[in-house]
Amino acid sequence: MNRKGILRDNVLLGLNLVLMIAALYLIFIYVPTERNMGVVQRIFYFHVPLAWVSLLAFLFVFVCSVLYLWKRVIKWDTLAHAAAEVGIVFITLVLITGTVWAKSIWGAWWTWDARLTATLVLWLIYLAYLLIRNYATEQAQGARFAAVLGIVGFIDVPIVVLAVNLWRTQHPPALIFEGGITSPMLLTILVSIAAFTVLYILMVIQSASMKNLETEVKRLKDI
Amino acid sequence: MDNLSFLFAAYTIIWAVIFGYVFYLYRKQRKLQREIDLLKETIDKQKRD
Repeated sequence: MNRKGILRDNVLLGLNLVLMIAALYLIFIYVPTERNMGVVQRIFYFHVPLAWVSLLAFLFVFVCSVLYLWKRVIKWDTLAHAAAEVGIVFITLVLITGTVWAKSIWGAWWTWDARLTATLVLWLIYLAYLLIRNYATEQAQGARFAAVLGIVGFIDVPIVVLAVNLWRTQHPPALIFEGGITSPMLLTILVSIAAFTVLYILMVIQSASMKNLETEVKRLKDI
Repeated sequence: MDNLSFLFAAYTIIWAVIFGYVFYLYRKQRKLQREIDLLKETIDKQKRD
């Protein structure tokens, strides 16, 4: 990695550290406890940013997949692959934190609610996206298959977002946009979203540079 | 389980998974570094011969 890249990574790492510490301070010390749900509502301040970053990740996979099929430049496939890999880590956490929260509030780990089911389908789509590469006979074919799945699979993202408005669900609607939260809560959630967005960017950069290095080593081995 | 235990469980899982993924990247990086060193060694050996 060149000096510019190292500097960029260090700046992002520093920024993430500051934002994450600020988010933790706001979540556990600053923000008041919600009246109805009690202390468990604090899961919200990580659950929502994780969901936001997951959807951002799959939007990025979609854009990179379109660019790969259009330009056939390997850089776009590497970025899409890295974005999907990090995205699946975050969406797994969304599902886990959601079930923990659900058990505490609804008394059940899981319900076949529209939002929850659509999110599970999204998880399966991107798991397939990562697995499909292993079934292709050559790298370019795997990249092509994955790009098609990255584009088609994105159809589920608006379904996940709009599920709470389209159907009657147990999952609450997006309170941030409907003014359903107080100012301290809004500040906390925004700082947490910023922290997770920077963490996501940092992870995608690391994962993509690792994949570039892997391709380079493979190429050198074949010589 | 009380509310506090659920909160503790959720945050523990989040950090465990994130650190797990970072550790996975670190292990992968070390493996690649070893392969690069091996390649360098092979090239140097071929140059000498």
